[in-house]
Amino acid sequence: MKFLTRPAFRLVPDGTRIRFMNGRFAGLIVSAVLSTASLILFFHPGLNLGLDFKGGVVMQVGTPSKPDFAKLRTALNQNHLPGAALQSFGHDKGVLISLESQSNAKATQQALDNAQAAVKQALPNAKILGTQAIGASVSAQLFDQGLTALGLSLLMILGYIWFRFEWQFAVGAVATLVLDATKTIGFMVITRIPFDLVTIAAILTVIGYSTNDKVVVYDRVRENLRKYKTMKLRDLIDLSINETLNRTLGTSGTVFLAALPLALFGGASLSGFAWVMLFGIVVGTSSSIFIAAPILLLLGDNKLRRGTAKPTDDPTVAKSRA
Amino acid sequence: MLYFTRLKSLLIVLVCALGVALAIPNLFARPAAWVPWPQIHLGLDLRGGSYLLMQVDMKAVVKQDLTDLTDEVRSTLFKAHIGYTNLGADPLAKRVSFNLLDPNDAAKVKSLLAKLITPVTAANGAPDLVVAIAPSGTVTLTLSRPALIAKASQAVAQSITIIGRRIDGTGVVDPQIARQGSDQIVIQLPGVSDPNRIKRLIGKTAHMTFHMVPQGVAAASKNLPPGVEVVPMLNNPGEAQAIFSRVAVDGADLTNAQAGQDPQTGQWVVNFSFDGTGARKFAKITTANVGKPFAIVLDHKIIEAPVIQQPIITGQGQISGQFTAKSATDLALLLRAGALPAPLKVVEQQSVGPELGTDAIRAGVISLAVGFVLVIAFMASFYGLFGWFANLALVLNLVMMLGVLSLMGATLTLPGMAGILLTLGMAVDANVLINERVREEVKLGRKPLAALEAGYKRAYGTIIDSNVTTLLAHVTLFIFGSPPVRGFAVTICVGIITTLFTATVVTRLITARWFVARRPAELPVF
Repeated sequence: MKFLTRPAFRLVPDGTRIRFMNGRFAGLIVSAVLSTASLILFFHPGLNLGLDFKGGVVMQVGTPSKPDFAKLRTALNQNHLPGAALQSFGHDKGVLISLESQSNAKATQQALDNAQAAVKQALPNAKILGTQAIGASVSAQLFDQGLTALGLSLLMILGYIWFRFEWQFAVGAVATLVLDATKTIGFMVITRIPFDLVTIAAILTVIGYSTNDKVVVYDRVRENLRKYKTMKLRDLIDLSINETLNRTLGTSGTVFLAALPLALFGGASLSGFAWVMLFGIVVGTSSSIFIAAPILLLLGDNKLRRGTAKPTDDPTVAKSRA
Repeated sequence: MLYFTRLKSLLIVLVCALGVALAIPNLFARPAAWVPWPQIHLGLDLRGGSYLLMQVDMKAVVKQDLTDLTDEVRSTLFKAHIGYTNLGADPLAKRVSFNLLDPNDAAKVKSLLAKLITPVTAANGAPDLVVAIAPSGTVTLTLSRPALIAKASQAVAQSITIIGRRIDGTGVVDPQIARQGSDQIVIQLPGVSDPNRIKRLIGKTAHMTFHMVPQGVAAASKNLPPGVEVVPMLNNPGEAQAIFSRVAVDGADLTNAQAGQDPQTGQWVVNFSFDGTGARKFAKITTANVGKPFAIVLDHKIIEAPVIQQPIITGQGQISGQFTAKSATDLALLLRAGALPAPLKVVEQQSVGPELGTDAIRAGVISLAVGFVLVIAFMASFYGLFGWFANLALVLNLVMMLGVLSLMGATLTLPGMAGILLTLGMAVDANVLINERVREEVKLGRKPLAALEAGYKRAYGTIIDSNVTTLLAHVTLFIFGSPPVRGFAVTICVGIITTLFTATVVTRLITARWFVARRPAELPVF
């Protein structure tokens, strides 16, 4: 019974004094390089847009045995669909037919009907398991609306942290969140994980998680600013990170563990989501330490921490204590 | 911090019980039709079915509106004996314009046209038309912006009602039809793996009209008399026939339509009956025109043009247009359901057969369960007894989240389930913060009670700040995001609120009870 009620291990020993701020420039430079690279990747080769944003038609066909691709290809050509892409799925017991986005609803319906006819012709024993057809105009609208919403929600975070902490904290957090989001996009370009509504949800979750993590570290910094009135800001940030290290690793550990089985065994619809999450957890956790904290140090040195002046003379300290 | 009044403990237990009670309907089928039974809907990816996103063709609505307006203007000017030229509608600019022959009529015309202006709706008093007269004598009547918005909203609402009636007639169980944005409609059809029939039914405006047929006008004729147009045949698009544009009787006056077989020929027909007004009009026309052909037109295509054999005074008639059993049933259904205010087009469709991904779903559900177990195991081994308290709160959190989501009638998809799991993974953060704080206080040498009190108190500030920040971000996403993003944001917001309750209030109550019962000399921290 005792082994159940007693904690079994700690991730980090007590009283660590890791000098994280020694690596502040390295952290910022690595982050800047990765984010710049991600931006370049975003423009070239660009995201692997999923059906939600690219538009087009996808048909999933199940077959009793390995489908004859050559025969299907011929049938598709005969049915005026030479541009169709074929892909095996479901352990060789099926084929995924993807068609380019059609100009209008009528053409889309025509393409769907043609594909159906081609499947019947080439694979008589096949069964159409599912179809998806999305017009390109919807996608552009979704995309713009999504970006606007994301921008506004970042502004909201900026405002709240400013209100509860100081502007240096707010700028540090939001700048880090933007950097996190760009790296996540870069990761998706490299892994060719399709960018669709599901992965957008994953990015939003990552941003939510990352915000949470930054606020926890900042909260400890704010508390220590009141507690140790003469400690240098640099030492104070190091201390705060060390003190919260177990919680940072504990929480990211649980979220990581929750997402890991989804990434490994969750199947096509979940693994993209889960991989983006896993990457985001690692990036979000490390950025709290190596990016958000150094930005705070750069912006806040001599401002959040009075140099030689008396503590009570400094209005920012008085405010942060209120 | 650890002291709870009896009332407060009772309230906390009641809220938990309410959450559990709300989640229970998901486990059982609705016992009787009158019992309120809020359940989470399973998304189409989990139970198979079709999803259609339809767009209302607002251009058609505006065009129809401008045509009506042009007619009104014409008759107004005619009655007042005012000369004009170039009366016409411009659908792109959403206006009707004409030139006055005598610019001196301007004042008179302005007061006449002012009578055509009506408020947009009873609630919104803004005028639906803007009338402008240029000194040159050019008059324009433009549809106002509020009027356009109100029209779109009305067209969508009407379409939803009519689509609902049409789908109900097909026997699809539990269809969901909802507005999305200003001019789109989402239709979810569980269990329908081939949506083609439904698409055909929804895709038709199904506006039926009866027209008189001019005698001796060939369809190929170049010089059509005024008020006559050539319309193709429904069953044979290559053929066409000339008819009078004026609607003799409108199908909107139909009260019923049923498919049936003609007792003499055995052919499939659609029997229809008119309401009082329709029946009177129909009787008048058929009495006056015995022996003449009479065209039945559906969406600008002629179904048939039979010759009127005898006056029809009962208001009941029959359409026989080479139907099959199925096409007769569908036409009867369309006529019963009524005409759509504007054409709809499919902009997005998805269908999932029942076989698709039973494997994928199983894999997804199993990996979700494994993830949940891993979180529980991690918390237990990292924090021992306090970890188990957190786990208890976590399970309660999951149940309450499902309860609130069922109350809102939310739809659960596979990615949505992953979102819930990760929300739970983040929910333990509150307990991690509390437990770490308690531990710090113990290390500082505080007594168990003081350590617990200080730990909870200090962790609260952090928990509130981090959760409120995330909550605000997702509320913003909900307000401004597109519908799929909104669904996700709602799930996260619900999760944050239930987390704030279970992870702080509930674990505190459990910890307090445990402490009072055991009075431990030391706390189980590493």
